[in-house]
Amino acid sequence: MTQSTILSLVVFLPLLAGLALLLVPRQRVVFCRWWTLAAMTAGLVASGAALSMMQKGAAGMQLVHRVPWIPSMGIDYFLGVDGISIYLVLLTSLLGPIVVLSAWRSIGEKVREFHFLLLLLQAGILGAFLSLDLFLFYMFWELMLIPMYLLIGVWGGPRRVYAAIKFVLYTIVGSLLMLVAILYLYFAHHAQTGMYTFDLLRLYGTELTGPQQVWLFAAFALAFAIKAPVFPLHTWLPDAHVEAPTAGSVVLAGVLLKLGTYGFLRFALPLFPSAAHAAQPLFLVLAVIGIVYGALVAMVQTDIKKLVAYSSVSHLGYCVLGLFAFNISGFSGSLFQMISHGLSTGALFLLVGMIYDRRHTREIADFGGLAQAVPWFAATFVFVTLSSIGLPGLNGFVGEFLVLVGAFGANRIAAAAATTGVVLGAVYMLWLVKRFLFGPLVHEENRMMSDLNGREVLLLLPILLFIVYLGVHPGPFLRRMEPSLHATLTLSTPGPGRVETLRMLQLSTGSLRGSGTGWKAGAEGATAPRGASVPLLPATAPEFTAVVPAPGVMDQVLTVTASAFAVSASAVGNGVAR
Amino acid sequence: MHDHAVTWLGLIPLFPLLGAVLNGILALARAHAKEGPSRGLVGTIACLAPAGSFAVALAGFVTLLGLPAGERSLTQTVFTWISVAPLTVDFGFLLDPLSSAMLLFVTGIGFLIHLYSVGYMAHDRGFARYFAYLNLFMFAMVLLVLGDSLPVLFIGWEGVGLCSYLLIGFWHEDPEKARAGMKAFVVNRIGDLGFLLGMFVIIWTLAPSVGADGGRLLSYAFMREHAALLAPAATLACLLLFVGATGKSAQIPLFTWLPDAMAGPTPVSALIHAATMVTSGVYMVGRMGFLYEQSPVALTVVAIVGVLTAVFAATIGLTQFDIKKVLAYSTVSQLGYMFLGVGTGAFAAGIFHVVTHAFFKALLFLGSGSVIHALSGEQDIRHMGGLYRKIPTTAWTFLFGWLAICGIVPFAGFFSKDEILWRAFSTPNPALPWLPWVLWVLAFLAAGLTAAYMTRLVVLTFFGTSRMSSEVERHVHESPRTMTIPLVVLAAGSLLVGFLGTPSFLGLGPNRFEQWLEPVFATVEPGGGTAGEAPSMAHAAGTHAIHDPALEWGLMLASLALAAVSALVTWRVYTRRPEVPEKIARSFGGLYRLARDKYRIDEAYDAVIVRPLVGGSRRVLFGIVDQRIIDALVNLTGIVTRFTGHFVAFVQTGQVQTYALALLLGVTVLWLTAR
Repeated sequence: MTQSTILSLVVFLPLLAGLALLLVPRQRVVFCRWWTLAAMTAGLVASGAALSMMQKGAAGMQLVHRVPWIPSMGIDYFLGVDGISIYLVLLTSLLGPIVVLSAWRSIGEKVREFHFLLLLLQAGILGAFLSLDLFLFYMFWELMLIPMYLLIGVWGGPRRVYAAIKFVLYTIVGSLLMLVAILYLYFAHHAQTGMYTFDLLRLYGTELTGPQQVWLFAAFALAFAIKAPVFPLHTWLPDAHVEAPTAGSVVLAGVLLKLGTYGFLRFALPLFPSAAHAAQPLFLVLAVIGIVYGALVAMVQTDIKKLVAYSSVSHLGYCVLGLFAFNISGFSGSLFQMISHGLSTGALFLLVGMIYDRRHTREIADFGGLAQAVPWFAATFVFVTLSSIGLPGLNGFVGEFLVLVGAFGANRIAAAAATTGVVLGAVYMLWLVKRFLFGPLVHEENRMMSDLNGREVLLLLPILLFIVYLGVHPGPFLRRMEPSLHATLTLSTPGPGRVETLRMLQLSTGSLRGSGTGWKAGAEGATAPRGASVPLLPATAPEFTAVVPAPGVMDQVLTVTASAFAVSASAVGNGVAR
Repeated sequence: MHDHAVTWLGLIPLFPLLGAVLNGILALARAHAKEGPSRGLVGTIACLAPAGSFAVALAGFVTLLGLPAGERSLTQTVFTWISVAPLTVDFGFLLDPLSSAMLLFVTGIGFLIHLYSVGYMAHDRGFARYFAYLNLFMFAMVLLVLGDSLPVLFIGWEGVGLCSYLLIGFWHEDPEKARAGMKAFVVNRIGDLGFLLGMFVIIWTLAPSVGADGGRLLSYAFMREHAALLAPAATLACLLLFVGATGKSAQIPLFTWLPDAMAGPTPVSALIHAATMVTSGVYMVGRMGFLYEQSPVALTVVAIVGVLTAVFAATIGLTQFDIKKVLAYSTVSQLGYMFLGVGTGAFAAGIFHVVTHAFFKALLFLGSGSVIHALSGEQDIRHMGGLYRKIPTTAWTFLFGWLAICGIVPFAGFFSKDEILWRAFSTPNPALPWLPWVLWVLAFLAAGLTAAYMTRLVVLTFFGTSRMSSEVERHVHESPRTMTIPLVVLAAGSLLVGFLGTPSFLGLGPNRFEQWLEPVFATVEPGGGTAGEAPSMAHAAGTHAIHDPALEWGLMLASLALAAVSALVTWRVYTRRPEVPEKIARSFGGLYRLARDKYRIDEAYDAVIVRPLVGGSRRVLFGIVDQRIIDALVNLTGIVTRFTGHFVAFVQTGQVQTYALALLLGVTVLWLTAR
C-alpha cells in the first residue's frame, strides 16, 4: 500500500466489507460476525499503518489522497490526516472490533443488516474525520446519520422510534444550516478568487466581512454544538443512548460526539476566527453550564445508561471549554479529552451493556452488592470509573487538567466554575458505584449472575491498557498533536500569523492559492521550501510533505462504490425499517 | 542548592507498586475460589514492599548525611510526563532533608503496620485485596512525599485519597462503610478543587517569565528560584493550596470525613488516618514554605484555622464513646497543632510534630485495634474497663502513647508540642499584634483538653471495674506477636523520637531536627538574594522573635503542669467519682449534647448543600429544564414539522432512508452530469 492510498483504504475497507456482507445469505450469522470482526481488525491495522507512515513533528496534512471528482464544480475526493485527526481515526478504528465483539451475543435478529450498518457507520465516521473537501465532508457527515438512526430505531429499546426520530430531527436541523453555510462560503470564495472549490485549505483563506463570519460561524457552530452536544442542545443524547443497543451507544459516545468538537477544531474555528473569538464568552459559559449541569443531572438519574449519557454532556463540556480557551494547552487538553472520553465512556457503556445482557434492566435500584457476585466486573467498573473521574495517573486526568490550565489562562472565573466538575464527577460516579456494586446483595437474581467471560475480558483489555498508558505516559501523544494544534490555533486567531500558516498548510497538500485545481499543484508543492516555520513554534520547525498523487484507478473505484453504496444503503434501510 | 542526580530513588515507590500489582492479581485470580490465595505468600509480598522502600530510604538518608548541608539533595527524573506550553511536568523525584525525614517514618511505620495487619486481618476473606490496597497506598504516599513538583505530589495526593476510599469501604457489603468511603473521597475532592486552582494560579503567574515553550513551572526548584515573581499571587495561591490541605488533613471546614473514616479496618486508621496521609497537608504547606513565607495573610489563616480546629476537635473528643472516634477527633486536633506550627512560620516545628505524632498516634490506634480484637469487635468504651491486667502489653504500650500525646516529659509529644506552643507565642504578627497571645492561649487550652479526653479514654478502657458482658469477658485475649511487636517498637519510638528535636535552651545541644531541615526551610531571599526587597514575614519574625530562655522555661513548665493537672484530675474523677462527669454533662445540657453530636456539622452540610443540590438537580434541572422546557421545544418542533409535512407529503415521506436515497442519488447524478 502506498502512502497516497492508505487513507482511502482506511475509509473504504469497512465500506467494501459491508457491501460484501450483503452478498452473504442472511442466516449465516456466525460468518457475518467473524467477517465484520476481521474487517474491523483489518481497518485497525490500516489505521495503525497510517500512523506509522506519518512524519513526526509535521504540522501539515499528510498521506494526502486527492482526486478530482467533479472538476467543473471544484469538488475533489480529498483525504488527508494530521496530528489532530489521526488520533480520532485510531480511536474509531480501535473501537471497531471491540464493538463487534460486544454485540456477539446480544444481537440475535437481523444480524447481517446490523453488521452491515456497523461497517457503514464506521466508514462514514472515518470519512468525516479524514475529508478535507467540504463537500465530501458533508456527504460523510450525513451518511453517518443513517446507520446510526437505523441502529437505534431497529435494534433499540422500547422507545426507540421516539429516540431515533429525535436524534435525526436534531441533527438534520443543524446539518441543513451548515450546508447552506458551506454553499455560501463556496460562492463567497469564488467571488473573491474566481475559483470554485470546496478545498478546505483554500477556503481557510476566504476573506469574509464581520457579519458574514458571524452568520457562517453560527450555522457551523449550531451543527457541531448539536453533535457535541453543547447545552442546551443535548436532550437528544440521553434518549438516543438509553434506547440504542450497546454497540450503538459505544460508537455514539466514543466517536460520534467527537465529530462535533472535531468540527469546531477543524472547521468552525479556523474558518471564521473573528467570529469564533467574538463567540468565546458565549461558548465558555455554555461549556461551563454543560459541565456542571450535565454532572448535576447525571447525579439524579436512576438508569445507569442515562447517567453515563449525561456524564458525557459534562465531559464534552470540557472539550468545548478547552477549544474556546484559544491556547495550546486548552486545545491539547480538548483533543486529549476527546480520546480519553472515547475510551472511558466507551468502556462504561460496554460494561453497562454486559450487565444488561445478563439482567435485562439498567435501573440502579435493581442492583447493589454486585461486587460480591461478580468481583471481576466490579473491579473493572471501579477502574473505569476512576479513569472517568480523572484520577491522576489514568487518562482522564491529563485532558481535564490541560483543559482547565488552558481555560484558566483564558478566563479565571470560567475555569474556576468548570473545576467544580471535578468534584461533581466524583459525586455522581462514586454514588453510582456505591449503589450499583457495594452494599448488601439484596436481589437474589443478581447472586447467580456470571462474571466477565473470556470474550468480554478480551474486548475490555485494550481499553484498560490504553487508559493506563495514556495516563502514565501521555507525552508521545501530546507531542504528535502539538504541531497541528499550533497551526490550527494560529489559523483560529485573527491576525497576520494566519497567512504564513495557511501557506504552509496549503503547501502540505498542494492547495496553494491560485494554482488551478488542486491536484495539478503538484509541481509547486514539491518545490516548496522544506522547514518553513510555523509562527509561534520555532523549536519544532515542522517539515512538510506534499504528496500529490496522480489520478488513477481509485476514482473509478470510488464512483462505482459511491453509487452502489447509495442504492444499497437505501435498500437496506427500507428493508430493515419495515 | 546543588543537586545530585541518582538513578535509584524510583525504587522507593516501585517496591510497593509491585506489591500492589502482585497482590491485586492474586486477589482477583482467586476471587471466585472458596479460599483466597495463600496468606503466607500475600503477607510476605505485602511486608517486603515497605521494608524494601524503607531500606532504600535509609540508604538515601545515609547518602544525604554524607553530603555537606548545602548539597543535600538527590534527584531523579524518570521521564517527561506532560509537556504542553506553558507547562512541563517531569515524572521526577527529589530526596532532600524534608522528604527524607518524611519517607523514613512513612515507610518505617508503614512496615510495622503491614506486619500488624498480617495478624489483625488473618481471618478476613479479603486478605489479599486488603494488602493490595495497603501496598498501593504506600506507593501513592511515597510518591506524594518524593515527587519533585506539585503535579507529581498531586498524583500521590489523589492516589492516597483513592486508597483511603477503598480501605474505608473495605467491607463494602455494609452500606454505611461504603458511604463513609465515598464521603472521604468527595470531601477530599472539594479540597483538591482548591489545590488545582492553586496550581493554575502559579502556572499563569510564572508563564510570562518563560518562553513560548514554557518550563517546569510547578517544580519546587523552579518555583523557589522564581519566588519573587510569585510574590503578587502568593496569597491567592497559598490560600487555594491550603483549601486542599484542609481536605486532606481534615481541618475546619472539611474535617467531617475523618471521623467517619474510622469505618475502615483499624490498622488503616492507624496508617492512613493518623500517621501518614492526613499529615500530607502539613507536608505540602512545609514544602511550599518559601511561598507561604511571602504571604503573611495566608500564614495567619493557616495558623488560625489550625488552632481553632485543635480546640474544636478536642471538645468533641471529650464527649465521644467510640474508642476510635475519640482517637479520630484527637487526630484532627493534633493536625490543628501542626498547622498552627507551620502557620507561624515554624515549618520545622510543624514537621517535627508530624513525625512524633506519627509514632504515638499509630501506637494508640494499633493499641485500640488490639483492644477491639481482644473484645471481639467491641468499640464502645462504656462497655470496657479493667483491661489492664487482661491484655498487659497492649495496655502499657497504650500508656506510652497516652503520655506522649498528653505532652508529659520526656515522651515525644512533649517536645514537639511545646516547640509549636512556643513558636506560636514568640512569633510576632505585624498585622495583628495580639494574635500570638490568642494563638498561644487557645493552643494551651487545647493541650489541657487533650490530656483530659485521653485520660478519660485510658481510664474507661483499661482501669476501673469491668463493664463487659460476661460473654465478651471470657474471650478476652492478648493479641498475637505480629501485633504486639509493632506496639512495642512504636512505644519505644513514642518515648525516644522527641529527643531528635530537643530545643536548644535546654542545654542538650542545638535542635538537631531543625538543623537537619534547615537547608529546606532557609528563607528565600526575594529576588534571588538581592537586597532592598521587602523582607518576608518569617524573615521579619526571625529578626524580631522573642528570645528569652526564662520565658521559654516558664511557658514550658506551665503547659507541662496543665497537662499533668488535667490528666490527674480526670484520672481521679473517673476512677473515684464516675458519676461526676455525667453531672457535669447534665449541667452543660445543650452545649454537651451539641459537642456529643459533633456540633451537627454533618447535618448542617446535609441540609444546606447536599439536599438542595440533589433535590434541585432532580426536580428543577432534570424535571423542569431538561424535560419540560428543552424537550418540550424539541417535541413542538417535531409536531410542527409533521404538520407541515402533510402539505408536502409527496416529497417528505418522513422516512430518513428516503432522504438518504435522495441525497446519495443526487450526488451520483451530480457527478455523472458534471463529469
